[in-house]
Amino acid sequence: MLNTYDVLETIRMIQEECLDIRTITMGISLLDCIDHDIDKACKKVYDKITGRAARLVEVGEQIEKEFGIPIINKRISVTPIAIISAACKCSPVPFAKAMDEAAKAVGVNLIGGYSALVQKGFSAGDMELINSIPEALASTERVCSSVNVGSTKAGINLDACKVMGRIVRECAEQTVDSACFGAAKLVVFCNSVEDNPFMAGAYHGVGMPDCMINVGVSGPGVVRAALKKYPDASISQIADVIKKIAYKITRVGQLVGVTASERLGVPFGIVDLSLAPTPAVGDSVAHILEEIGLERCGTHGTTAALALLNDAVKKGGVMACSRIGGLSGAFIPVSEDAGMIDAAKAGTLSIEKLEAMTAVCSVGLDMIVVPGDTEADTIAAIIADEAAIGMVNSKTTAVRVIPAIGKQVGEELDWGGLFGCGPVMPLHKESPAKFINRGGQIPAPMQSLKN
Amino acid sequence: MRAVVTVIGKDAVGILAKVSTKCAEHNANVIEVTQSVLQDMFAMIMLVDISKLDGDFASLADELTALGDSLGLKIHTMHEDIFNCMHHI
Repeated sequence: MLNTYDVLETIRMIQEECLDIRTITMGISLLDCIDHDIDKACKKVYDKITGRAARLVEVGEQIEKEFGIPIINKRISVTPIAIISAACKCSPVPFAKAMDEAAKAVGVNLIGGYSALVQKGFSAGDMELINSIPEALASTERVCSSVNVGSTKAGINLDACKVMGRIVRECAEQTVDSACFGAAKLVVFCNSVEDNPFMAGAYHGVGMPDCMINVGVSGPGVVRAALKKYPDASISQIADVIKKIAYKITRVGQLVGVTASERLGVPFGIVDLSLAPTPAVGDSVAHILEEIGLERCGTHGTTAALALLNDAVKKGGVMACSRIGGLSGAFIPVSEDAGMIDAAKAGTLSIEKLEAMTAVCSVGLDMIVVPGDTEADTIAAIIADEAAIGMVNSKTTAVRVIPAIGKQVGEELDWGGLFGCGPVMPLHKESPAKFINRGGQIPAPMQSLKN
Repeated sequence: MRAVVTVIGKDAVGILAKVSTKCAEHNANVIEVTQSVLQDMFAMIMLVDISKLDGDFASLADELTALGDSLGLKIHTMHEDIFNCMHHI
């Protein structure tokens, strides 16, 4: 029989501590939609997405009601479009429009996979897709894009870093009217994963089944509330508390994923063991770090506290579900986390500290607003730095920076909703242009002699 | 299939009666009830069988929530699986 304390704990976690399922993401393969005629290919893409995901939102809402837990987003990821569009030999923007229309038809708020994988070089279709990203993101509402520029096995494609520095700027420039939002829908990865349910970097890898369901959980507020009960505990006890609470959070993700997969008749993919913040009060990863004992996130000790948090979340979550994958870890998107926003505004949290933090957590420099006059080569160098951390540490890293066109340090960009608002953070003024313009490939790192 | 109905709020006469009447209207069979009143805070947890519901689960949940609102109480109706998965290995 259920214990009264357990029942009330679950209800408190959901009602007061912002426990939710962040996303149910349906991955759909578009490999069978390839056609040299772009109109035919786009029609196949639209039909495949609307066919497979017809009931996704309805089933998501049903589960939400039944288990009494909010499922914030229902989303779709597809095969990287560069693979699908290569045969058409023209601009792939119509694919973005077909994805956008399909997303609207089935009622999902974002669709990911306008992507290219170029860690070791560009193949047919890759450059066309990359060059079309600014137009695709400016002319659609729900499409998200990602480009993988490096991996531990392949090294870093510095030519791709350079191109992406320019593309990120163009995405912001073409969407100035909507607070440069285009750049918020573009992620540049190193070691990207094929089963990530989180936007904007989700795509459906070619090694995946035709269709599957991935789930991303959330719950920073729950972790913080649990830690609040142990003000004098040692750090080993803190790790145990986080593990236990991460177990409970992840169990709900597993339940929702399995139930959704049964009802949709689609295989269950993975649960992403994540702590994903929102700008809402009480849903912040930065506040967990502060609860552990930092006066403000970003100060000395932040990297160590985050490493402990990230590791404990994974250890607790691993036992809670049958399949784990995605990005799995604590996210630190600046604009989407009330504590991070405060720390950045106060000047405690700098881009250098964020970079150090990304070495020990999931995923990377995320939702960071940079000055509007930032050179493309500087953004390329930020991408290369972040990719190097991922490459050397065999982990996923990513860059999602938003150049605030026409704005400077001291101002901010505000998107509202889950994307939040971010202060413009200062960058170094010295130019990395010569380094970036050398081009070529940074060789893959040694896998032994690790020091 | 079973659901857990939790009722939390200020104590008053007839809460149990009203909630169980609503369950009966939907043909949800009450299996177990635990209830306590601490000072004047009322907390009740009710386990109901929902395998023979008249209508769907969502309408039972919505009507119970509405009943709670009209009485100034918080009523949550959730499938028991969420509690089992979270608190049992």
